[in-house]
Amino acid sequence: MKALLLRDLKLAVRAGGGFGLGLAFFLIVVVLVPFGVGPESGLLSRIAPGVLWIGALLACLLSLDRIFALDWEDGSLDLLATAPVPLEGIVTMKALAHWLTTGLPLVLAAPALAILLNLPTEGFVWLVVSLGAGTPALSVIGTFGAALTVGIKRGGLLLSLLVLPLYVPTLIFGAEVARRGAEGMATQVPVLMLAGITFAAVALLPFASAAVLRINLR
Amino acid sequence: MIPDLGKYADTVLSAYAASLVLMAALVVFYIYRSRKSRRALEQIEQRMRRDG
Amino acid sequence: MSIWEYANPKKFMDTTGPVLPWIGALAAVLLVVGLFWGFFLTPDDYRQGSTVKIIYLHVPSAFLAINAWFMMLVASLIWLIRRHHVSALAAKAAAPVGATMTVIALVTGAIWGQPMWGTWWEWDPRLTSFLVLFLFYLGYMALWGAIENDDTAADLTSILCLVGSVFAILSRYAVNFWNQGLHQGASLSMDKEENVADVFWVPLLVCMGAFVLLFLYLVLTGTHTEIRARRTRALLARERMS
Repeated sequence: MKALLLRDLKLAVRAGGGFGLGLAFFLIVVVLVPFGVGPESGLLSRIAPGVLWIGALLACLLSLDRIFALDWEDGSLDLLATAPVPLEGIVTMKALAHWLTTGLPLVLAAPALAILLNLPTEGFVWLVVSLGAGTPALSVIGTFGAALTVGIKRGGLLLSLLVLPLYVPTLIFGAEVARRGAEGMATQVPVLMLAGITFAAVALLPFASAAVLRINLR
Repeated sequence: MIPDLGKYADTVLSAYAASLVLMAALVVFYIYRSRKSRRALEQIEQRMRRDG
Repeated sequence: MSIWEYANPKKFMDTTGPVLPWIGALAAVLLVVGLFWGFFLTPDDYRQGSTVKIIYLHVPSAFLAINAWFMMLVASLIWLIRRHHVSALAAKAAAPVGATMTVIALVTGAIWGQPMWGTWWEWDPRLTSFLVLFLFYLGYMALWGAIENDDTAADLTSILCLVGSVFAILSRYAVNFWNQGLHQGASLSMDKEENVADVFWVPLLVCMGAFVLLFLYLVLTGTHTEIRARRTRALLARERMS
């Protein structure tokens, strides 16, 4: 499983693997928002948590179809499925690799982008905390969506349609943490809810993803 | 015929109109597809019988 | 007699086929009676004026919007556990009805909200969760449409329905939480049941019955359509083989 993780990481970092694309996309979304809503700093600092969260979510979404697509095309997914490792473990590793190459860079880049949007100083910690706690859920849920649509040609749009509604609770609690943090309010409840969603998703969704993959590989 | 709806007449009538249109569209869609599938099936069954 | 006998599509068609027109006719009659009663024969509410008449559409459609998804969930489970083919197709047939009902509930709600709240759209928890529910319906139907193999499509959509149900419930609570966080105290009570008197209640019940029968009629019709479509495809395949 470790070898699989390393392989996925290597593939992602290699040229054309899409590593960094998500980050660039995140940057562009955040830069575009002031063009859309105007440069007023009060307004920007108020919407900053939400914008950063939506940007991170879309950047995450963008790279989802890469999770299984390449392995599906060259047939290595069939090999993985017949490997002695349980498919649930493989799916988890895939999600982890996705998070390490997409989610984690987003978390680390978010404070820099928050400066652009004039996020209040108190908000930075909570922004990082909320993204750190929420992006694993995004990766795991996204893996489920990617597993569902793996057999479909040009399934990218469908993947977004399937995954985005599933992102709603994570987005709500994550952005709520960041917003409350920025406004200096108590964040305990949404943080716990967010962490709860992440843990539950990490614990349960790999089973659904593996089941779906098995059906698709049938 | 139409009861006195007071100042909300537009509201009530548009709600009824919109809902009934949507429901009618739904029913028509289902019945249309049902007819179409029945025709297609009968056609092919006839062909199969004729050709043996 | 058990529902497992109806796993045989032919048996299912033969049993439900003859009663289908009767269900449709009964649904139509009840719908006309209920809506006529509600529209012409009920008094105006002292607070909401004549807009109270909208509940005869709003409440049944909202009821169905949720319960159609619930029915799809049960049907999906039956398919996954027992490979009950008719069950999977019934779930597929129910989705467009549920989606339309969600739209009707949202549209009537928005139209009602315009004079009552002074705005077409309020990010009220219930409205928001219905919008999310509509997105779930869209995704579910899109997945059905995207997969060619029937059994694969049934399996995948069933699992999506299961996972989606969990997330739909989660969203419901998240949205509740989120909106309280937005404007504390400014609660807009959508609870109309609390002040519904008997004059409104009886026609509402009739409308509910009508909508449920309509749902049943449409789902059965849709299931028949799917079974026939499947048989047609199978025959076409056989024809091409020979």
